[in-house]
Amino acid sequence: MSGAPRSRQPRPARRGRELTFWLLTRYSAVALFVLALAHFSMTHFVYDPANQSAEWITQMRWNSLALRLLDWSMLFIVLVHSFLGMRTVVKDYLKGTVQDIVLTLLWILAAALVVLGSNVVLTLPLK
Amino acid sequence: MARGSTLPAPRRGLRGAIAYRGGEGMLAWAFHRVSGIAVWAFVILHVIDIYLVGGNPAAYNELLKIYSSPAGRVMETLLGAALFYHALNGMRIVVMDLWPALTAYHRQLWRIVWITFFALGLPGAYIILKPIWEMAK
Repeated sequence: MSGAPRSRQPRPARRGRELTFWLLTRYSAVALFVLALAHFSMTHFVYDPANQSAEWITQMRWNSLALRLLDWSMLFIVLVHSFLGMRTVVKDYLKGTVQDIVLTLLWILAAALVVLGSNVVLTLPLK
Repeated sequence: MARGSTLPAPRRGLRGAIAYRGGEGMLAWAFHRVSGIAVWAFVILHVIDIYLVGGNPAAYNELLKIYSSPAGRVMETLLGAALFYHALNGMRIVVMDLWPALTAYHRQLWRIVWITFFALGLPGAYIILKPIWEMAK
């Protein structure tokens, strides 16, 4: 156990779905490093949960189309990143039919969250 | 190799999952996986709670009271720690994966992760937790 560690998830050698997923995980990671940390800082350091409410989001935060688009894109990037990550976890610990079933459930959950999250971003009226 | 990675299969069972295999890489990987799953779970909760802003604003406001309670603040601090570690170590992985030559500096990168984690994380934790003892006054 000496020398430089090898990557737990080495770059797939051939072009195809695995390489696309591998690169997508890393590119989305860089985007989330900025977006998610800025989002957490905004909601916990600049503002405090005690000062926020549904009305605050409706009238202040999401009254801006730009912030709404930013949060919507963050929703997609975080879902791509986290569900690709969970795909790796599932493939590490589960095999065969169980793996197929859990992966299917995972994609259904991801689709449901896209619908749920997009619904509120798109339908909440601008004041 | 239609599915799965080129790595050997993980050892089965709890002992296999927690067995220490040595080095910073092992610890970094274990923390990365645990924090990643934790943040994923929170993302699910968070999409549902934000849905309530449109669907049931009163329920969302009730939930925010739980988030800003002392127990909620402890949970948020743990969430922040998981998110921050995952973000910092993730950049270490990106650096080594996209520029493999820099893997030679993995130990330095690992130190930078932890120095940054505590240098920015401790003041952050203080800001989140501070209202707990201010409320008690």
